[in-house]
Amino acid sequence: MPPAELAAAGTFHAAMDAARRSGTLVVQPRMGFGDTARMRAGLIATRDANAATVGTLTLDSFTRVGDFDAAARAVREGRPLNGYPIVSFAPDVTRTMLDGVCGPDFPVQVRHGSPLPGRIFDALIDAGIDATEGGPISYCLPYSRTPVQRSVAAWKEACRKLAALRERGVEPHLESFGGCMLGQLCPPSLLIAITVLEGLFFLQNGVRSISLSYAQQTSAQQDEEAVTALHRIAARLMPDAAWHVVIYAYMGLYPATEPGALRLVADAARLAVRTGSTRLIVKTAAEAERIPSIAENVTAMEVAAAAAAMTSRGTAPAPTGVEAEALALIHAVLDLNGDVGKALVQAFAQGYLDIPYCMHPDNAGRTRSVISDDGRLEWTRTGSLPIGHLTQPHRSAQLTSTRLLHALSYVKHRYDDLPTPA
Amino acid sequence: MDLRQQSSRNGSPRKVVLSTIPSDAHTWNLLFLQLLLEEHGCAVTNLGACVPVETLVAESVRCRPDLIVLSTVNGHGVHEGLDVARAVRGRRELDGVPLVIGGKIDTAGSRTAADFRPLLDAGFDAVHVGVTAVPDFLALLERLPSVGHDGTGRRAYVDAAR
Ligand code: B12
Repeated sequence: MPPAELAAAGTFHAAMDAARRSGTLVVQPRMGFGDTARMRAGLIATRDANAATVGTLTLDSFTRVGDFDAAARAVREGRPLNGYPIVSFAPDVTRTMLDGVCGPDFPVQVRHGSPLPGRIFDALIDAGIDATEGGPISYCLPYSRTPVQRSVAAWKEACRKLAALRERGVEPHLESFGGCMLGQLCPPSLLIAITVLEGLFFLQNGVRSISLSYAQQTSAQQDEEAVTALHRIAARLMPDAAWHVVIYAYMGLYPATEPGALRLVADAARLAVRTGSTRLIVKTAAEAERIPSIAENVTAMEVAAAAAAMTSRGTAPAPTGVEAEALALIHAVLDLNGDVGKALVQAFAQGYLDIPYCMHPDNAGRTRSVISDDGRLEWTRTGSLPIGHLTQPHRSAQLTSTRLLHALSYVKHRYDDLPTPA
Repeated sequence: MDLRQQSSRNGSPRKVVLSTIPSDAHTWNLLFLQLLLEEHGCAVTNLGACVPVETLVAESVRCRPDLIVLSTVNGHGVHEGLDVARAVRGRRELDGVPLVIGGKIDTAGSRTAADFRPLLDAGFDAVHVGVTAVPDFLALLERLPSVGHDGTGRRAYVDAAR
């Protein structure tokens, strides 16, 4: 619940706070183009879609890894990028691109994927934007080979920079990407723990309006239990913050058929509404193939909004232990150090946090997961995660390329293979 | 299996350096290819996410692989694939080492190797995209000369790949 002294402006914060109070599900694309005219057209189409929306600038991969020269060169040569190169454009280019589109009625957030986000934060602040996302863990391990310690230091500084917007009367908003972690095959308790820990890191470093995330996984039931747990834990650990939960439509290997892809995003919208979440980030029917067009993004947002409108709040499913596992992880990490950033670095060093199948040099790599017969994500190896007393690892077979592809394709097959109603 | 280290099977396996381009963070593709190559008797050095071109070249010079495999799906392969090809082809020590690239190489979903002529011209021996990428790649792997040969065997592979 927001404390009284939150700054009044802050377009993204204010819009999300209003949505949370009124119980509206806000939908948002993952949209980014290297061309400014196309980027502007994409934002306008998002604003005008038949849904409650906020806009997105998804940044390109060169900008994400700090290769601003390569991004600038691609723009100069008119070669397509996989996102919007905000650092390589002069600030007035982005301001002009947003002019008359972005404002209190239609806030825009920058989504990137950078372990060292300093220049990106500078650029978005210069462009008059007040919301972004990421985190020292969620934008480091799945996105780079940068040491976690460097990422934590860079994110501390970035948080302070963003928080300083309050001196101009703007309440900035920061979303943790911790509910995604490689997009697939990460058991829900660990996703919850990382997004909550990143949220606490943001708060400790001066940000006061945050969102916590959760990416749809393999089982609707398990997902509902997990998102319910996330709300309960956040309410308990962040009583003084303004926070909401954002759901990501499935982040793993996506269905290749249009009906399959749209059914999956509709189910993500149902998950969001049933659990009382405030925002949803969609995926499109082009996801499996290539960067989606503007029209494909609009369709996905409208399908999601329509599914949300037909859904009402659910009752929480019977708990199977997701919340207890998440709490054990969170408390074990917080006990390592009063400084959340230091606690996170130490947690990875000693394997208290350990992401299955992650190749990052700072990840211990001693955990594994499997999709059980009833479609739930379960541990097969818990390494040094402090949850040994809470979970009985499932049996597993030797990892092969076929078994890996089979697990990665579980959701895709379920949605692509459903018969389409005539 | 350790996700980051070299692994080998019985005998003297083919050495493969597996990498991606500097801007690409995707790793499920790398894990899949590592397992696949290991199952086909290769010893794989998997360089992980966001590999700088210098790292790829230095690692390749260090371990003198029988094959260098580049996997990229973020759509920037058309840009940075060229940088990698030029750097690898610029090193005498790597003369004749087959170099292949595959995945989702541009942002438009192009599905045939013919769409990627500049990559072949820059020095790749094969471009694997679309639904036949993996079977085509395995067919090439089978035609790869057995290890212990000198550059002549490699030449034969390069011809087969084109
Ligand atoms: C999971 C995922 C992520 C995860 C990755 C986590 C990780 N560390 O791996 C996260 C969320 C972090 C992520 C981030 C981003 N992603 Co992503 N991601 C995906 C997703 C959903 C699944 C990929 C996957 O796991 N595949 C499983 C593996 C096994 O399959 P594969 O990679 O396709 O590889 C197969 C074949 O391509 C082939 N293959 C691949 N390489 C090679 C090489 C050779 C030699 C051969 C023979 C075959 C081969 O073999 C594999 C088995 O069939 C795909 C979309 C999809 N496919 O559904 C998008 C996708 C790959 N991502 C994409 C993009 C653009 C990004 C971002 C830039 C964000 C953005 N703008 O949307 C960032 C990347 C940041 C960066 N620096 O690169 C785009 C790429 C677009 C394009 N090429 O046109 C895709 C296609 C989504 C989309 N439609 O926009 N992503």
